[in-house]
Amino acid sequence: MITDTGIVIAFYVIGASTVVSALMVAAVRNLIHAVLFLVITFTGVAGIYIVLSADFVAMAQVLIYAGAISVLLVFAVMLTPTGDRRNAETSFQAPALVLAGLLLAVVVFVIYDTDWRIASRGQFTTTASSLGRAFFSPYVVPFEVASVLLVAAMVGAIILTQDEDEEAGHAA
Amino acid sequence: MIEQFGRAGFLLIFAIAFPLIPIAASVALGVFRIRPRKPDPIKSSVYECGMVPVGDALVRYNVRYYLFALLFVVFDVEAVFLYPWAVAYRALGVYAFVEALIFIAILFVGYVYAWRKRAMEWI
Repeated sequence: MITDTGIVIAFYVIGASTVVSALMVAAVRNLIHAVLFLVITFTGVAGIYIVLSADFVAMAQVLIYAGAISVLLVFAVMLTPTGDRRNAETSFQAPALVLAGLLLAVVVFVIYDTDWRIASRGQFTTTASSLGRAFFSPYVVPFEVASVLLVAAMVGAIILTQDEDEEAGHAA
Repeated sequence: MIEQFGRAGFLLIFAIAFPLIPIAASVALGVFRIRPRKPDPIKSSVYECGMVPVGDALVRYNVRYYLFALLFVVFDVEAVFLYPWAVAYRALGVYAFVEALIFIAILFVGYVYAWRKRAMEWI
């Protein structure tokens, strides 16, 4: 049984490692290392979701961000020429710094301005099973339509990436 | 529930520590000159299943491999949709099982399309 202090320690450890790896994404000069640090950042965010008792969001974060999005990023790095794989300084640095600062100001303002109410629900319950029940009693049709959407995405990806002449070469 | 995640967290900590301890031990023994240090070109080359490594691993890849990544993303999202079904499986019964089968069957159409279009062939 993990007590409340355990959760607090876990929150600070996960939060610190997430922030440090997010900083390393910008600081590291090798682009593939930056992608690997981004994977650690995504996993750390999933850990914070678990601490906030959102287990399904954490699973989706691990599967989608740490799994699929990072694979796409690694592929994108692998497709660039070897000489361009530097995480070097760009002309976007100053505007990005300003934008990040403004975003931080907005988030800090919202945190301090909101009248937070402490939830009475103390015990950690699974969100995934209630979501599963919701998928199959009121939201069956959206669930099946999501599958059609995924098929459309798959067909679109294949059509966009395959050339016509290449297909003709396969058929011959 | 959260204690199970806590156990997974302990597993993660041990998984990170497990490869780090031998590396740290090797470095520490090198610092105290207990470990012999006799490097030679074959010993410090990259191990590649007994083959002599050719070139750099960081070459530029064919764009066609990006299709595999895109298809992987689609099946990954399918797994996210099936995860709540699997967690609530015992409470849901036969009806949900059939619905999930329909979900998988619709996606199987896309899978067959990808197969027919030779999108899954390694080049």
